[in-house]
Amino acid sequence: MRTRRHLTRAQLTVIVNGVVCFVLVLVVLQLWLLTATMNAFLGGDSAVVWPALAASGACLLLNLGLLRYLSSTR
Amino acid sequence: MPDGPPRGDGSRPGPAPAHGGGASIDARVDEWSRRGLTGTARSDLYGPTRDPEDISRPPDPEDELAPPRWREDFPIDWSKDEFVARRDFARFLVLTSGAFVAGQGWIAARQLLRRNRPPPPRQKVATLSELPVGGVKDFSYPAERNRCLLVRLAEQELVAFSQSCTHLSCAVVPKVDEGVFLCPCHAGYFDLRTGTVLAGPPPRPLPRILLEIEGDDVIAIGVEERMVG
Repeated sequence: MRTRRHLTRAQLTVIVNGVVCFVLVLVVLQLWLLTATMNAFLGGDSAVVWPALAASGACLLLNLGLLRYLSSTR
Repeated sequence: MPDGPPRGDGSRPGPAPAHGGGASIDARVDEWSRRGLTGTARSDLYGPTRDPEDISRPPDPEDELAPPRWREDFPIDWSKDEFVARRDFARFLVLTSGAFVAGQGWIAARQLLRRNRPPPPRQKVATLSELPVGGVKDFSYPAERNRCLLVRLAEQELVAFSQSCTHLSCAVVPKVDEGVFLCPCHAGYFDLRTGTVLAGPPPRPLPRILLEIEGDDVIAIGVEERMVG
């Protein structure tokens, strides 16, 4: 039977900080995607709209997964 | 009534408290030497001085072993402390991430609407005889709210652009002598001949109105939105 490894408080702190930083980077990436897509859309270039939506959705899914992991490390 | 001189014990008689409800002023706070530092705040704003040992602490073993010195100066109960935990911050970030995806979805929906939009109409906007070389005429195209500028650069050379600045949609002003369109809101400059950005904050060139000349008539046939000039 698989048992959960007990993590020390210091280890948990590093993990939580790392996850929060990763989520922050993904959100900044999404912000850049949104502004670049809006600029392209208003400039008449619609080729990037759907790939950007897919990439932003993937970032959201990754963020949700990280948040779930974060909730499980209490 | 003027205040009297300070007493020997540091306090001084003063007028009755002006606060409603007859609230008394804590003598420790209302001491003469503290006037100007704390004002005459109601005494119930200040809790009684508590023993640091009575303050609840975060469940941190290091804090139990060696409490930081600032805790003596700021004895705040752990339960009353307002803070944002990292997990709460992460939740907020994920919520923001969802909002960005919603924004991308909105752009995609607009793209679908744009794809189904009918092509812009052919519309007569001016005649050559009414517009001298160097002259400017404003018109609406393709809808009434879309203001545009037509400029006659040479005998057979006409250009037309949307009048809305690509920065924040202020109306651009033609400066034919200088060869530019000027957006007066944030000093954005566009080339009069091509509509490309010369200076300022606009991120894209002005949308170009495609023109045809049929005899004496100048006819708008479409709008070209551009990322680069």
